[in-house]
Amino acid sequence: MDDLAELRQLYFQECEELLGEVERHLMALDEGSGDAQTVNATFRALHSIKGGAGAFGLQRLVDYAHVFEALLDKMRSNEIPVTPDRVKVLLRAGDVLTDLIRSLQSGTELPQDREADMKAALETLAQGGAVTLDAAAPAAPAPAPKPTAEAPKAVPVAAAPPAAAPAEPVPVSRRYRIVFAPRADMFKRANEPLLLIRELGGLGMTTVEIDQSAVPALDDIDPEAAYLRWTIELETPAAIDVVRDVFEFASDDCDLEIVDLSPPEPAAPEEPAQEAPAEAVEQPVEIAAEPPVETAAAPVAEEAAAAAEAATPTAAKNVQVPAKDGAAAATPQVSSIRVDLDKLEKVVNLVGEIVISQAMLTEHLGALSTEKFGGLIKGIEELSQHTRSLQDSVMAMRAQPVKSVFQRMPRLVREVAAATGKKVRLVLHGEETEIDKTVIEQLYDPLVHMMRNSVDHGVEPPEERVATGKPAEGTVRLSAGHAGGRILIEISDDGKGINRERVFQKAVSKGLIPADLSLTESQIDDLIFLPGLSTADQVSNISGRGVGMDVVRSNIQRMGGRVSIKSTPGQGSVFTLALPLTLAVLDGMNVRVGDEIYVVPLGNIIESLRPTTKDVHSLAGGGDVLLIRGEYVPLVYVGRLFGIANAASDASKSLVVLVEAGPGDKIGLVLDEIVGQQQVVIKSLESNYQALPGLSGATILGNGRVALILDVPGIHGIVRGAATQARATPPMSHAQQVQA
Amino acid sequence: MSRRILVVDDSPTMRRLAASTLRAAGYEVIEAEDGQAGLDRLVETEIHAVVTDLNMPVMDGLMMTERVRTNPQTSAMPVLMVTTESSPEMREKGRVAGATGWITKPYAPQKLVSSVRRICQ
Repeated sequence: MDDLAELRQLYFQECEELLGEVERHLMALDEGSGDAQTVNATFRALHSIKGGAGAFGLQRLVDYAHVFEALLDKMRSNEIPVTPDRVKVLLRAGDVLTDLIRSLQSGTELPQDREADMKAALETLAQGGAVTLDAAAPAAPAPAPKPTAEAPKAVPVAAAPPAAAPAEPVPVSRRYRIVFAPRADMFKRANEPLLLIRELGGLGMTTVEIDQSAVPALDDIDPEAAYLRWTIELETPAAIDVVRDVFEFASDDCDLEIVDLSPPEPAAPEEPAQEAPAEAVEQPVEIAAEPPVETAAAPVAEEAAAAAEAATPTAAKNVQVPAKDGAAAATPQVSSIRVDLDKLEKVVNLVGEIVISQAMLTEHLGALSTEKFGGLIKGIEELSQHTRSLQDSVMAMRAQPVKSVFQRMPRLVREVAAATGKKVRLVLHGEETEIDKTVIEQLYDPLVHMMRNSVDHGVEPPEERVATGKPAEGTVRLSAGHAGGRILIEISDDGKGINRERVFQKAVSKGLIPADLSLTESQIDDLIFLPGLSTADQVSNISGRGVGMDVVRSNIQRMGGRVSIKSTPGQGSVFTLALPLTLAVLDGMNVRVGDEIYVVPLGNIIESLRPTTKDVHSLAGGGDVLLIRGEYVPLVYVGRLFGIANAASDASKSLVVLVEAGPGDKIGLVLDEIVGQQQVVIKSLESNYQALPGLSGATILGNGRVALILDVPGIHGIVRGAATQARATPPMSHAQQVQA
Repeated sequence: MSRRILVVDDSPTMRRLAASTLRAAGYEVIEAEDGQAGLDRLVETEIHAVVTDLNMPVMDGLMMTERVRTNPQTSAMPVLMVTTESSPEMREKGRVAGATGWITKPYAPQKLVSSVRRICQ
């Protein structure tokens, strides 16, 4: 049941150990084998006993241990030298301590004077006086057990029944003006003004004004200085002391002025004030068995205890206010609510529908005469703007800070560093950057792989680093930020950079590129994204888990993102991931194939061109390639692939859109024409129909027609598979299937 | 999101007491038995605030707090110091070492929670 009872038990167990230590140390001192450390250790053991006693409200023990500890404190600072006589007294004092603790544990009453004489003796010693051993009471057997109030008293600091509240006078609302200007020291101690202002907000109604006139021009800003001043008007039933208490930790590091603006209180409430503290102290005794931590009214008891201690007439205010304090703690200022993800998903989908309907409306506008329908046109244009804002806002609701992924990296880096004998410092940046939830979910695996790579392959072993004049500890940076409507995530290390010669050799030896191919430096760097390159002799048990950079790249591309690398030999590498803000919307190019419209993701497109006859070459095994700037690119006839009648079948007479299908892989899509470019809302084929090869989803166009979104890497896979198999594969006909 | 608090105290009882109080208030808690262990935890794990005892073997709370402040990676870490003495002297020592806040033992559970809330969002 009760946590506290269990903890109390644990405390007494600990006391047994500590008592053993005290005794052991004192014996050592007695035998003359102890030193300053021994005295110090004794002090610490007593200190721990006292600390716990305080937590459980064992006041007698606190008082006794305090006197004992005070003497030892003077002994460890040599103010009172350790002499055999004094040690004898200490040993006896230890016995009394043991008796006291045991009696408290068993709940038996120990006569008050049991420790009183010894306390006096210890105090005398602490004042430099002498004590004869007779003065200390001889160890007497513990008296017969009898029930005691000691145990319940253990909890006066802990809990009070809510019932205590109604007994208090009805609080009157008061107004305070608080002028609060943090000084730089406050930040140095990691004090956060915002938290304090928020806490004030928890006390009542606040109006916060910020004075930023002292903020200098950007160039002159000292990031460690303090420039802001807040003026807060607070309406609260709380007493001024409670308001002041909010600034308890900051008061020495800020300019603070708290003025009570409310009219003076009538004297009447002073009357019950006298009773309140006493009552509040009594209350907890009755419910001592209650677990304190879960009791909402705990603050009442806390302040009540404080009030009891203070025992001044104003204490009543302290009692009355915490009830409010407690209420505030139970119902914190609501700044966010939880929404079921399904509900959010529904809203996102509905907004998607609105975007589509809106696009349909807009499409019809062109047919209307401005004269007759001017109002309608204007209205729809406005609607279009609002729709766009609505869409952005809804997308923002699904956005989450990348922190959830970033914060899993320090452990990973530590583990990899430990396993590879590297010394690595991880620096995280921009953890608050927000990305669509779905993107975040898919970001983890690629990121893990790249971080592993940076530590394992990027950062050199400490000896090697030192030898090249670098600090032994390598630095890996992981940062996130927004740029141009996309999210940029950078993983950089200050390691050795990519060994281009080795990468090139390996690509050649694996038959991935011809040996005589001449490549630029960045093209060589890009080779690490080739499938099959990042395994083999690079394998260590860290990075070589069968996942290569090629998988990283295709994962990122599946999300509509791109990976790029910049490496400087000897200075390190930077991997940059550019990700879309969301997966629900896609920038696409609408293209016509026969009578069908398809959407090509803009992220895949390199360029579009109209080839001439001499650029298109037929291969002996079937299939055409396009010669472009000395490079042969396989051509895919989209019409043929999807079985669309009267689609372009001669590349030299139609349009070719060059797309990036994978790491270093380009294909040319043969189409009839480009219709336009637009942002489309992606509809899942899986959930509405079934997954289809070569297609990543569908969307609804402005005219209400369904357009399928091409999955470029998927198409590449189909074509590559088809090329190795017989050429007799029957054409697919997705378009018909979906529209059926 | 749940905030993670590091509780540093050489006494298992006090540690457990603080830990169970903070857990009941919705915090995640990591424990360390002295200042050095506390610094180790800070390096190993993401921690949002520290609650530390003063008097501990190996490394005391003052020294640990100074180290926390001088390490650029942890210099902005809120540190709540738990002192036995309510003497202004002790408090001042803590302040100089860089403590963000302080509470006096014995404390009521709610006092610990409200103090932590005051230094850590």
